[in-house]
Amino acid sequence: MNNFFLAAYLSWQEVWRNRGRFLLVSLVIGLITLLVLFIAALGEGLGNANRQYLDNLDADLLVYREKADFIIPASRVERSTARAIRRVEGVADAGGIATSSAAILLADGKTLKVSLLGVEPGRPGDPAVTQGHALAGDEAKEAVVDLNILQRSDVKVGDLITLRVTQGTKDQLYKLRVVGATDGQLYTFQPSIFVPYGTWDRVRTKSDAELNQPSSTVNVVAVRMAAGISQTELKQRLTNQVTGIEIADIPTAVANVPGFSAQQSTVQTQAVFTLLIGVLVIGGFFQIQILQKVPQIGVLKAIGADNFLVGAAAVLQIIITTVIGVALGGSLAFLFSLSFPPTVPIIFNGANSAIAIVALLLIGPVGGLVSIFYAVKIEPLKALRLS
Amino acid sequence: MSIALEVKNTVKIFPSDAGEIRAVDDVSFSVNAGEFVALVGPSGSGKTTMLSILAALLTPTSGQVLIDGVDLAQMSEAERVALRREKIGFTFQSNNLIPYLTARENVGLMLRLNGRFDRAGALRSEELLARLGLAERLNNLPAQMSGGQQQRVAIARALIHNPSVVLADEPTASLDTERAYQVVETFAALIHENNRAGIMVTHDLRMCQHVDRILQMRDGKLVAIYETREEILRLAKGE
Repeated sequence: MNNFFLAAYLSWQEVWRNRGRFLLVSLVIGLITLLVLFIAALGEGLGNANRQYLDNLDADLLVYREKADFIIPASRVERSTARAIRRVEGVADAGGIATSSAAILLADGKTLKVSLLGVEPGRPGDPAVTQGHALAGDEAKEAVVDLNILQRSDVKVGDLITLRVTQGTKDQLYKLRVVGATDGQLYTFQPSIFVPYGTWDRVRTKSDAELNQPSSTVNVVAVRMAAGISQTELKQRLTNQVTGIEIADIPTAVANVPGFSAQQSTVQTQAVFTLLIGVLVIGGFFQIQILQKVPQIGVLKAIGADNFLVGAAAVLQIIITTVIGVALGGSLAFLFSLSFPPTVPIIFNGANSAIAIVALLLIGPVGGLVSIFYAVKIEPLKALRLS
Repeated sequence: MSIALEVKNTVKIFPSDAGEIRAVDDVSFSVNAGEFVALVGPSGSGKTTMLSILAALLTPTSGQVLIDGVDLAQMSEAERVALRREKIGFTFQSNNLIPYLTARENVGLMLRLNGRFDRAGALRSEELLARLGLAERLNNLPAQMSGGQQQRVAIARALIHNPSVVLADEPTASLDTERAYQVVETFAALIHENNRAGIMVTHDLRMCQHVDRILQMRDGKLVAIYETREEILRLAKGE
C-alpha cells in the first residue's frame, strides 16, 4: 500500500511539475475524445435518422411481402392482408404502413423534404401525438407532423401546409391541415408527415401508369402482439395462416433498412480507427517519455524502488493524463453539442457516450503498455552506465 | 569499531568474445562503521564493478559480500531491492536526483521508500540539507541548482535513512576542483559523525585527502592499501 501511495505521489509530482508538457498530451487525448464522441454521436444520429420511426413503432412485428428480404420500399402487401392478419389469434392489432416522399412548401419559398407515411388511423403505425389530436378518417385531408418539422419551419399545429409531389411528370400541390404533432419520427433521414392511407394514396408520388389508379397496397403491416404470446409462436401462426408474407421483429426490420448496416459499420470503423490512432499517439508519447527517463528510473531502482513502484507510477501517470484529456474532450463535446441545430444528425446517447468514454480511458493504459513494460525492465546498472 | 561491510575473496567474471574478463579478481577487504574509504584505480581497474557488487546491483561470480553480516550473494532479487532501500545510501556521478522533485522532496524520497516519512523525517531532511549549506535551496528543483548543490542533495539523500553503508560513485566527476573538495570534505564529515561506512570510488587521487583509507585496484585486483595519514596525504598530493 505504501508503494501505491508513493507511486501516486511520484506520478502526480511529475505531471504537476511538467504540467505544460502533460497538458499538451492531455489536449491531444481531449481532441481524440472529442472526435470519438462526435463519431459515436454521428453514428447514433445517422442511425436514429434512419430508424427512429421504426424504433418508436407501437408494434412488435413487421409483415413484408414474401421475398422482399425485409426491405420496406421493395415490399408490397395488400391492405386485405392487414385485415387477415388482424384475424389471427394472438394479434392485438395490425395496421398498414405505406411510404413515399414529398416536399412541404414553406412560407419563405424554400422546401422541406419529408417522408410521407400513409397509416391507418388508430392502428399500429399511427404515431401517438404530443400536440393537437390524432388522425381521424381514412380520407381526411389532415396530417400529423414530426416535431422536427415544426422546429425547422414556421409550421404550427392548426396550419394548412402545401405538399408538393410529382405525379406522372408533373408537380402537384396538395393542401393538408396539420392537426397534430408527434415526436421522434425521423425515417430515411427525413422528418415524417403522417396522413391517413386514403389521403396518402391520393397525394403520393405516382408514375404515369399509376395516375388515377387507386392503390390497395401498403409497404408493410405493423403488428402488435396480444399479451401472453411469444414472437416465435406468433410468427409461426402468421406464416401458417397468411400466405405470401415474411415477418421481422423490429431490430431485424431496422437492420434491413437500406444502407443502415453499411452506414453504421462505416461509422464504427471510423471510431475504431480513431481509437487506434489514439493508442498509437499515447503509446508513442509515453514511450519517448520513458526513453528520456531511463537514468532517472535507474536511480529510483538503484536506491531501492521495486518494479511495482516503477510500473505503478508509469500506469498512474498515464491514467492521470488520460483522465484529464477525456474530461477536457468530454466537456468540449458537451459544449459543442449545445450549439447544434436540429438538422445536424448528431445525438449524444448516454450509453454510446459511456462506451466511448470507457474505451477512451482504456486507450491510455493500452497505448502505454509497451512503455510500462520498458520501464519495469530497465536495469539500474545499464541505466546508470555502471556496467 | 564494528565491521559494516566485508568483502571476502570476491570474483566477478564477465564472458566476452575474447574469453573471460575477470573484472574483480579475488578481492578481500572490510570497512568499519564510521570509516571513509576511497576505492581508486585507473579506468578499467574494476572499481566500478566492485562498487556495483557492494550496491547489490551485481552478483559476484564467487566470494562473499556481507553488509551487517548478511551475505548479498544469498539474497533473492526482492531482498536485494529491500537491502538497497534500507541499508545502502548511494550517490552517482550524474543524473543523481529525480528532476521533478525539489531538494527537500528528493531527500524525503528515501524516507518515503522506507515507509518512514513523517513530520520528524521531513524536519531531519531540512536540517541535513541546511547542514550541507542548502537551507535556501530546499524548494529548488535540480535544474535550478548547480552541480555541486545537486551532489550535496544526493549526499543528504544517501544519508537521511541512516544506512549501514554509503556508496559514492565518482561524486566529484562533474564538479570544479574547489567544489569537489568541499563536497568530499562534507561527505567525510557526515560519514564520521553518523558512524556509517563510506566508500567513494574515484579516479582523482586529489579527492582522497579526507578519507581514512585508500584501496587501490588494478586489473581487477586489490594491489595496495594506504592506511596511514602520511601515505594518504602523499598519494593525494601526487607524490
